[in-house]
Amino acid sequence: MAQIYAYIEHHDGVLDDTAMELVVAGKKIAAGPVTAIVTGSGIDAVASEAAKIYPEVIKIDTPALAYPNAEVIRKALVNILPSGAIVLLPHGPFGMDLGPGLSIKMDSSFASDIVDIEGTDGNLVKLIRQEFGGVVSVHVTSDISSGAVLCVRPGAMAPDESKSASGKITDKSGDAGDLSANRKFLEIVEPEAGDVDITKADVLVSIGRGIEDQENIGIAQELADAMGAVVSCSRPIVDAKWLEPARQVGTSGNTVKPKVYMACGISGSFQHLGGIKGGFIIAINKNPNAPIFQVANVGIVADILEFMPALTEKLQG
Amino acid sequence: MEILVCVKRVPDTAENEIEMNSAGNDIERDDLVYSVNEWDNYAVEEAIQIVDKVGGSVTVVTVGDEDSDEILRREMAMGAEKGLLATDDAFSGSDCKGIATILKGVVAKGQYDLIMTGAQADEGYGAVGGMLAAMMDVPYASLVNKVDVQDGKLVIGREIQGGSQEMNEITLPCVLSIQTGINEPRYVGIRGIRKVSSVEIPELSASDLGVDAGSVGEAAAKVKKVDYFVPEKGEGAEMLEGSTDEIIEKLIEILKANGGLK
Repeated sequence: MAQIYAYIEHHDGVLDDTAMELVVAGKKIAAGPVTAIVTGSGIDAVASEAAKIYPEVIKIDTPALAYPNAEVIRKALVNILPSGAIVLLPHGPFGMDLGPGLSIKMDSSFASDIVDIEGTDGNLVKLIRQEFGGVVSVHVTSDISSGAVLCVRPGAMAPDESKSASGKITDKSGDAGDLSANRKFLEIVEPEAGDVDITKADVLVSIGRGIEDQENIGIAQELADAMGAVVSCSRPIVDAKWLEPARQVGTSGNTVKPKVYMACGISGSFQHLGGIKGGFIIAINKNPNAPIFQVANVGIVADILEFMPALTEKLQG
Repeated sequence: MEILVCVKRVPDTAENEIEMNSAGNDIERDDLVYSVNEWDNYAVEEAIQIVDKVGGSVTVVTVGDEDSDEILRREMAMGAEKGLLATDDAFSGSDCKGIATILKGVVAKGQYDLIMTGAQADEGYGAVGGMLAAMMDVPYASLVNKVDVQDGKLVIGREIQGGSQEMNEITLPCVLSIQTGINEPRYVGIRGIRKVSSVEIPELSASDLGVDAGSVGEAAAKVKKVDYFVPEKGEGAEMLEGSTDEIIEKLIEILKANGGLK
């Protein structure tokens, strides 16, 4: 079995939660040690933290990696990893930037958004993915005979929080090679603050594709007014410019923690659910198979365009 | 600026309820309504807007069969000047690397400054753009939500966590995968599609593209779907049932109990 490596994301000197998840993913592929890879500039503390989770940690510490530019990190990894390596990445904006190209340069197979791993059968690792917004799941095999790059969905693996390892840190900064790039990081632009702060709301009436038309936004606003709630939404509503980005809940929007979250016509993609941290979830959707019903406390199968006005009317007495 | 946009025909989730077939190993594919992958429309729109600003032309390409003709024409009706259909029995069953290999052949037959894909598609891995760029040895950026053309280079924004935007400078030629929300894709009516109905769409085979048939298709695919299934459901929500009035009554009680009403 090839050596398994996990790429550790970190922000402001703190390990990303996926560090504790990828070690679990690695063990699901094969027994044996999983090696962490930590890259950056001035990352001794981060590498030490990783060594509490992983028995082996490779550190690439150089100013050229101060910002995680996927093109530069790819070059470093290609120079450092043995051929046939299995590389685990968090499935997110960085993993999606790095993974596909890395698999080409390593001549290995690639799969993304993996939600579970069912072990290895000969040269095939057995993966589970989801399609169509989580309505159906798929068994997928990835041939690892010449290695693999596998992006694992954050939150999908139960994390190993034991921090019981006392791993050995190996500094491979000198082996990273030429780290010039044709893509240069400039800056991070923070989102503009909107008129509303949905992260402070106790009750959210959140709308998704089920609202169907911009003209129907008023239906949600009337219900929110009757409940004393604030209107939030899922990504497609912001993409369509029907509501401003400040109202978007999800990994690419805001993380909210209301007392009550009422999801109206929202199917419940993992990116959306990633933005809801606690609270009582009520889901209203006309599709009884919508994934949102798996995470909601209370569910109602109904067309929101009929249900919301009826609820509003009742509340207004 | 000569721009190639890679598009894909997919089941339209707005038009279909995705369900399992009777054998329980795949989704029910009979009677599915197909359309252009949503992300690809944003890529085509962005390409057209760039060409409107700095000149040049937009070409759309897909890997598929004769059924893909309609999606190419839809994107041409948006304003793409040319359409290309890469089609060959040898392409069938390709994984992402196979598709990227075919597209590399398409790119080699033109003179493109910029290649775009959608950031992802249903049933996909969000990988073709990044693989294509690595095969071509040109820079790549994923999840792009802003493109600003400058002299011989682009300044691009990438969507990262929490609504933040990562700004980068990238040299041309390059490959960008485009995120939804970057623009508002223009509406295409029946009349627009009719206008391009007689435009010839060249078909490109493996040999036309100089693609080794053994490097693509099902036999070369390292990543394969085995079967579909419906995930085991957890406890799930307590479903409220009854007439609308009864449901509303129960819901109001639940809202009151959980602090959902002021």
